[in-house]
Amino acid sequence: MKIAFTTKGTEWESLMDARFGRTEFFLLYDEENDSFIHFDNRDVENDAHGAGPKTAQKLFELQAQVLITGNGPGGNAATVLEKAGIKIYTGAGEMTVKDAYNALKNNELKEF
Amino acid sequence: MKIAIASGKGGTGKTTLSTNLSFYLSEKHDVVLADLDVEEPNSKLFIEAEVFHKEDKYKMIPSWIEDKCTLCGICHDVCNYNAIIQLGTMILVFPELCHSCYACSELCPTAALPMIKQKMGELIHFKNGNLSLIESRLDIGQEQAVPLIAQTIDYVDKNFKEETIKIFDSPPGTSCPVIEATKGADFIILVTEPTPFGLNDLKLAVDTVKELKKNFGVVINRYGVGNDDVITYCNNEKIPILAKIPNSRKIAELYSIGNIIYDKVPEMKDELEKIEIFISNLKTGGEK
Repeated sequence: MKIAFTTKGTEWESLMDARFGRTEFFLLYDEENDSFIHFDNRDVENDAHGAGPKTAQKLFELQAQVLITGNGPGGNAATVLEKAGIKIYTGAGEMTVKDAYNALKNNELKEF
Repeated sequence: MKIAIASGKGGTGKTTLSTNLSFYLSEKHDVVLADLDVEEPNSKLFIEAEVFHKEDKYKMIPSWIEDKCTLCGICHDVCNYNAIIQLGTMILVFPELCHSCYACSELCPTAALPMIKQKMGELIHFKNGNLSLIESRLDIGQEQAVPLIAQTIDYVDKNFKEETIKIFDSPPGTSCPVIEATKGADFIILVTEPTPFGLNDLKLAVDTVKELKKNFGVVINRYGVGNDDVITYCNNEKIPILAKIPNSRKIAELYSIGNIIYDKVPEMKDELEKIEIFISNLKTGGEK
């Protein structure tokens, strides 16, 4: 399973970013081969509107199957994520990436 | 003559000034007041008038025809507003993000994104004697104020004579809706209050109207509260202060029950008269 995290950095120990559309980075963790890549999302700062759908499209292109984030996406982004078949878990905004992953495994996150 | 009444800060008295100035000027002239704060128009609260004309307002948005689409991705690439998202074999259109620029529709090689009408709001034209009030209101859920503001100004341009005094009650702030509401004005009145908040946002508004290369002046509302920093700033920047509406409990009471003020508070009328003189000097090409 490929799991995407909205983050403020590029490490396992980095803090999560509570925002979805305007998150600074994604970490994409591939459980099958225990590898992760990061994706810089900061160019979205230049978009006055529509950051959510744009970021959701990137997640689709990265072939994420699960998204772990903080506050949860807004309406437009949620529509894209739903059509893309990406499962969303919220409530991890204050955690590190590692803690957020453990929280998912322990069923401590809220399904959106 | 088009006069836009704007402000950086919200709640400084744009609508108070717009409605009172419009009524006052309509004693001698034909006046149209357009409420361009289409997200929350409120001029009508202060003006008793009959409905003269009503029309629905539409914006154009692209509509995807799956059978015609070759999934080339041009529509998604050209959209500056992220209103078109491509997910594999699916094109999603977000009407609230669309600015009706037509780029996706015109550039689509297979005409798979024709533009269709979508209702965004309503325009109502009210009349009371020499005074017309045009109120446009966005439908709930609509996010784009600019197209409705533009169409409201078009309505004013088409339906009123050159010599009619046109007053545009603008939205607050300094973003796109304000630019749309003020860019065609001959003169902009910036309403402020003599407080640190008022001054801070007045400076932002001044920067904006200077960028637009507009003639403008300042009206200070609730004069008597706060401090003299707004006056000092205007003097240093050589910005004309057109009027100072006094801070008065009587004015606040009349406002709060939706009344026109100047016919009941002589000091208000005096200030409107100063603005009238300033405007008529502008019209005759005098003071600029």
